Parts: sequence; structure tokens; C-alpha cells
Amino acid sequence: MDVPKKKTGISRRRLLAGSAIAAPTLALLHERIPHRGVHDALGGHDATAATTEQMPHGGHTATAAHAGFAPGRTVDHAANGFDPTEMLRDFDYGRATRLASGRVLREWELVAIDREIEVAPGVKYPAWTYNGRVPGPTLRCHEGDLLRIRFANGSEHPHTIHFHGIHPAFMDGMPGIGEELGGGTIEPGQDFTYEFDATPFGVHLYHCHISPLASHISRGLYGAFIVDPRSGRADADELVMVMNGFDTNFDGSNEVYAVNTVGFHHIADPVRVRRGELVRIYLVNVLEFDPLNSFHVHANFFDYYPTGTRLEPTEHTDTIVQGQGQRGILELRFPHPGKYMFHAHVSEFAELGWTGFFEVT
Amino acid sequence: MEARAATTQGALNRMPSWLLGLAPLLLIAAAIGLFAALGGPGLGERSGPPVEDVAIESSALRPGEIELTLRNDGPDPVEIAQVAVNDGYAAFEASEGRTIDRLGSTTIAIGYPWIEGEAYTVSLLTSTGGTIEHEIPVAAETPAADADFFGLMALLGVYVGVIPISLGMLWLPFVRRIGAGWVQILIAFTVGLLAFLAVEAGLEGLEIAGEAPAAFGGAALVFLGAIVAYLSLAGIDGWLRGRGERASAAGAAGGYLALMVAIGIGLHNLGEGLAIGSAYASGALALGAFLVIGFAIHNTTEGLAIVAPLAEGRSRAGRLLMLGLIAGAPAIVGAWVGAAAFNPSLAALLFGVGVGAIAQVIVQLAPAMRDAAGRLLHPGAVGGLLAGIGALYVTGLLVSV
Repeated sequence: MDVPKKKTGISRRRLLAGSAIAAPTLALLHERIPHRGVHDALGGHDATAATTEQMPHGGHTATAAHAGFAPGRTVDHAANGFDPTEMLRDFDYGRATRLASGRVLREWELVAIDREIEVAPGVKYPAWTYNGRVPGPTLRCHEGDLLRIRFANGSEHPHTIHFHGIHPAFMDGMPGIGEELGGGTIEPGQDFTYEFDATPFGVHLYHCHISPLASHISRGLYGAFIVDPRSGRADADELVMVMNGFDTNFDGSNEVYAVNTVGFHHIADPVRVRRGELVRIYLVNVLEFDPLNSFHVHANFFDYYPTGTRLEPTEHTDTIVQGQGQRGILELRFPHPGKYMFHAHVSEFAELGWTGFFEVT
Repeated sequence: MEARAATTQGALNRMPSWLLGLAPLLLIAAAIGLFAALGGPGLGERSGPPVEDVAIESSALRPGEIELTLRNDGPDPVEIAQVAVNDGYAAFEASEGRTIDRLGSTTIAIGYPWIEGEAYTVSLLTSTGGTIEHEIPVAAETPAADADFFGLMALLGVYVGVIPISLGMLWLPFVRRIGAGWVQILIAFTVGLLAFLAVEAGLEGLEIAGEAPAAFGGAALVFLGAIVAYLSLAGIDGWLRGRGERASAAGAAGGYLALMVAIGIGLHNLGEGLAIGSAYASGALALGAFLVIGFAIHNTTEGLAIVAPLAEGRSRAGRLLMLGLIAGAPAIVGAWVGAAAFNPSLAALLFGVGVGAIAQVIVQLAPAMRDAAGRLLHPGAVGGLLAGIGALYVTGLLVSV
């Protein structure tokens, strides 16, 4: 589906263009006529001060303190089939069985489904999904497990699952590689089982790798992939946040930004956490079209573990930047109760949806 | 066979002619009704996504609020789901609901703390994810349409229309003094002026038509306006000439030509006033003395055009004043309409009217360019034409920078 984009711009008529430079020479009209009503509009310096001052809260329509979607309508999570709040703590460990060798085998089934989802209140997007949700399920396992992911392509388009991790070439979900073994491109109606070891530990991602890549990824074919270290990690309230966006008009730039798909979702429904408890966030950036994304939390600092592949943090900060495909683990404790905003410190993304609150109790 | 044909013919002959005229219309209506009732049999499902075409007819800025009037210019209903201003979502209210039916209109009020002098892009996100963008090049508060404001617009109309044209008419004694040869050149000069105005108004009309909903005709409105104005003036002209022939006098012919020129220029100034008024109301025009002076000089030449046909015969002062008002006062009306109720479709039509009126006046004036030998494009006339075009081009620079 392609949506025509119409750009309606006022190009000021040539006749009148450039006349703005004449603003200071207003005197002629200014002096001779009753003009109280129009004075403010003309751009005299005194008028400017007055208008600017009354601007922030003086409108007919209530101006919110921060950007947000128009009130009176919310995304229908039931119709979408997934709820961003539930996805936060939804980790899919698959079906685990112990092999004769004592190793754990984990198996999942992922199905590519074309499906329309609501990405902002009232805005429908023709997504391509794994298992009907965007992001796809958060696949979680332990370092050293044997993983089997059966992928069935129920979409109208060819897809793959390309995992970040260490595995043989033919398990890479790359078109043209491993085709003779049934891998590579998975055409509609076909299926393939990816099999590889869970390594290295850390927070990774998986996504479709069919060209055009930006299109196949941005349509929604991605998810988080977490490999826990053998030693385990300290007990914590664990959250997964996949930073994504949607190019709803297909012009090569995103209209909506979010964590876990629905923009501004955690403004109305904050992420609830306990004061003093360790909070661990698996943060993945799958944003397309924009080279960088970022995460910033207000009034708190976190330890950052890039890609989660080391057990020692590299940084203690309140803002980190991730390029496309980058990810990491954040650990923090909120010492004070209250509501703390978190958002991309790319202000444009923040005001186009990528903003939410933690509520500490 | 032949007998039956004759009978049919006879039956047709007996039918009243109004019925014969009406019958095809009724059949067409019935066919359309049946086609619609059956949902367009044979056409099948429409292919492709819905077409979303929305024109922004007008915008207004008030403290803390941006207001846009939208018109659905496409075949399908459009739902405005969200609105972003400069890459940030904002709250908004829609006067007629968020869904706009074909050719329907709604006004959305967006809460946004805009700052004077900054540029804004309003992006309307539809339910299908499409975007419609509207740019506000320089934000300035839209003036309230109160008495002060209408007073200002009237003053503006007087400054750019009535006064300069009246001043231009002061060339009348000069026109009276010079010989017939020079008058021909002067008429040619006038025709050159008018030709320039027609081209300018036509281009501006087409430019405005680009912002207008295509469903209402868009650029076609300019041509439509021109044709209607030309034919109307030609019709009036024919009627007046029919009456005038009985009481024909040399002076009356000149006075009549002057009146036609004044009407043509007046219709042109209606469009010019409209452009100034709407640009002022939308904040795109900072009213400056420089701009007003530019327009005044530009329009002074129009006064000369009116008096050029009056070289012979007497003219009363009252009549001259009236000619000045006919040519200049429409600028006031245009400014009012443009500032209070600007509509790009109407503006395109009015610019077209200006073009048609001027074209008609040129046709009327052209014969007066002929020299004693009856040649139309003699060297003096060509020089006058070029000088007229050049004069408006140069004075036009004052208002286009």
C-alpha cells in the first residue's frame, strides 16, 4: 500500500515576497490611522514582547506542557492484539527440553503475518509482523542453550529471520546463503528452522534481512533476543524496550516514534517500578531512516552495559546514544518516589511519540 | 415497413416540443439513477488505497493557537487522526469533526505555543498514515476582523488604488496639449501598460489557483473568469454602442473609452486588493511604507491610461473623479474581501476576471492607436507599447524586490 503524500505549501506570491524587509518602515501607516486592534499583529518590537509573553498558556485550545497526541482517543490495544505495557515484561523462553547431553534445547515458532496495526490513536499502519505483534516476541535463553526457531512465512512477501549472535553462515537468515539447505530467502508459504547455539550472552536482536532492507525492517519485522550469562544476573525488575518508529506515509522518514510501537503510551500508562528495587532495561534500537536514537531518564542515573556482553558497566550516566542495530542493558535504582520522564534526547523523536514516564512507588 | 416509419414519425410530430426536449434528460437521469442504485455494475472493487487529497484553504494564527480550514479535494473521505507542528504532536479540535467527506470542509484549531517570526510546518496525519503539510513561512498573529482592521484595509485601498490613479489622471491637461500623433503613442503606451497588467494578473491568478482545491476548477477558474469578463464587457459594449450611435459625438466616444479603461483597471485592482488583503491577513505581508509607495507609483501609470482617450473634448471634474473611483475603489473592496474571507478559488476567479476585463479594454483601445494612414503597428505605436510595458516592469520592481 502506498499513500500519496500531498504537500500544500504557501509560496508567498512573488509580488509580495521580500516585503518583510519593509517592516521597520511602518511609520507611514502606523502614525495616521486608528490601529489598536492591528498593532499587535504588525510586528513592532513592543508588540512582539507582549505576544510572546502571553503565548504559552493563552490559547483557546489548551496547550499541553509537553507534546502528545490529540486527547479523546487512544490506541485500541485489543484490536492490535498486543499491549505495550504487557510487552515490557513479556519474555518468551520458548519450549525448553533437556537433551541427552544435558544441554537445554529451546524451541520457538515464529510466523510472519501481514497485519494492520494502530501505531498512534486513529492512525493505521499496514505492518509486517512476527507472530502478529510489533516488536516480535522477546526471545530469551541461557548462554550455551541449543536454540531452534521454526519460521513459517505467512506473509505475502519473502522474509527471513536474521539473528544477531554467533552462528554458521547458512543459519544467518541471509538471501542467497544456505538456499540449498532450505535457508536463505523464505518464500511465502515456506518454512525453515534456524538452529544455533545461544552465544554470546548479552542483549541482541533479530530482524528480516530481505532487500529492500529498510522497508522490511521498518514494517515491523524485528524483536529483542536476550542471552543470559551462565553466571546469571542479579535479581531485578526486568523490562524490554525496543525503540522503533513508523514511516506511515512511506516517504523515507518516520511520522511516529516510540518504545514498543505505541507513541506516548507510557505518558498515560507509566512504567510502574518500586522505589529502591533494581530495575534492568534491555534496550534495543531498531529505528530505521534515522541514524541515531537515544535514551534519557530524568532525575536518575543508570549503569550502562553496551550490548550486555560484559558484566561490568562502562558508564554511569543518564543519557546514552544508540545507532541502528545497537543495544545495551541499563541498570538503575530509583531512590525517590514520583513520576520521572524518560525519552529520546533527540527532541524531535520525543515530541513525535518517544516519551513516557516511570512511576516510582 | 414504410408505413410504420411514417406512423412513428407522425407520433413524434404530434408530441409537444417541450416533451421532446425533456425526454432525453429524463432518460439520462433514469440511467444514472439505475447505475448508482446497482452500485456501478461491472466496475468491480476499486483498486489501490483511498486517495487522500486535502487543500488548506486558509490559516489563522492566534495566541497559542494555529487554525487551518481544510477542504477535502479528493474522491474519498479523509480522517485527520493526528496533527504535528514542527515535528511534535499537538492537541487539536475539529469544528466539523475529524472526518471530512468529499468536498466537505472542517476547521481545526491546534493548541501550539507558536512564536512570532518563526516558521512552522503543520503536518496532518490521516488515519491511513498519509500526511498533508502546510507551511507557515513567517508566523504573525492574524488580525481580528474589527472596525479598526477594516479601516486599515480601506486606507490601504485608498493609498494603493484611488490616490495614485487620481494623481495619474492629472496628466489630462498634458494629454490635451500634445498633438494627435503623440496621443496615438500615448494610447499605445496605455495598451502596453494594460497588456503587462493582464499578464501579471493572469500569472498571479494561476499561482493562487495552485493552492485552491482542484475540485472547484483550480487554474481553470482563471480562464473561466477571463472569458466571462471579456464576453460580459463585450456584450455591455455592444449594447452601449447601439444606444450611443443615435447621440454620437466625438467627445462622447473618448469618454466612453475612458470609462471602459477605468472599468477594466478597476476589475484588475479588485484582484490586486485581494492579494494585498489576504497576504496581510496571513502575515505574509509586512505592511511597510516602502511597499505602499511602490504600489502607488505602479498604479499612477494606470491613471494616465484612463485619461489618454480623453485628449479631445471636454470632461467635467466630477466625471473624472468618478472614473478615478471606478478604477481605484475596487482595491478597497478587494482588500476587505481578501483580508476577511480569503478563498483561493474565489481569488483565482477574480484574477481571471481582471485579465478578461483588461483584454476587452485593449481590444477597444487598439483602434485609437492607428495613425493617419490607418496603420496599427506604426513605429510610434510600437515604441509606445514597449514603453508602457517597460514602465510597469520598472515600477513593478518596486513591489517585488
